[in-house]
Amino acid sequence: MSVEPGKPPLWREEFSVHAGDERYVGRRQFAKFLVLTSLGMLAGNVWILVRSLFRKPPVFPAVPVARVSDVPDGGILTFAYPEAHDPCLLLRRGEDFAAFSQICTHLSCAVVYDDARKLLACPCHDGAFSARDGRVLGGPPQRPLPRVRIERRGDHLVAVGITLEEET
Amino acid sequence: MSDGARLPERGALARRGLTAIDGALALIVIILIVQMWLLTATLESFLAGRVSAALPAALVSLALFAATAALAAFIARVDRAARESGGAA
Repeated sequence: MSVEPGKPPLWREEFSVHAGDERYVGRRQFAKFLVLTSLGMLAGNVWILVRSLFRKPPVFPAVPVARVSDVPDGGILTFAYPEAHDPCLLLRRGEDFAAFSQICTHLSCAVVYDDARKLLACPCHDGAFSARDGRVLGGPPQRPLPRVRIERRGDHLVAVGITLEEET
Repeated sequence: MSDGARLPERGALARRGLTAIDGALALIVIILIVQMWLLTATLESFLAGRVSAALPAALVSLALFAATAALAAFIARVDRAARESGGAA
């Protein structure tokens, strides 16, 4: 096939992509895509901020969890609060009662009381929490155990709410 | 000036432009990684019931987005300059 002098060959007309231009277009488009991704993440942060601003404080029911006589000194009782699928631990030391969520703040394994070390231990990744106030004593957890507020009403122990402590 | 004498200059401009654009893109990617970490950390904190980090995180995310947009504008400017000088052709 002959090519007329002064005219580009047919294949160049039909495949009119210049490698140099393509490099620039690729980078430019990629930069636009990255900016849009950044905008998406900003939108995510703003969404969290809006949800935080309009967040209503949770209302917890008052639920009797046990009688005082049900928990011996140094003993432990498991109960569910605020819902039936939220396991918690109640510990008694003398006349002091402390209750915590049983769900580890690391990866949601169930924590258990380690009587030898006098702390709450997560067997999955060796997390350790204080049995006194739920703060992190060791291991991978970054946040303390949520504390269940317990009120003593006569002979009954009543769970009245959950306190989320600040990060350690 | 003849085309033969100008061609190397165009090539050098194009290479410089591409280097600047690549550098800006690398910075944008780093900023995006930070922004991604910030979003996941804020979300995790929010789901754990703490809301005190939401406002600072949103402000930082806004600043990071502004930096990303500024770098994208820089890329567009360099690209335009390279094209006007004929470097991209």
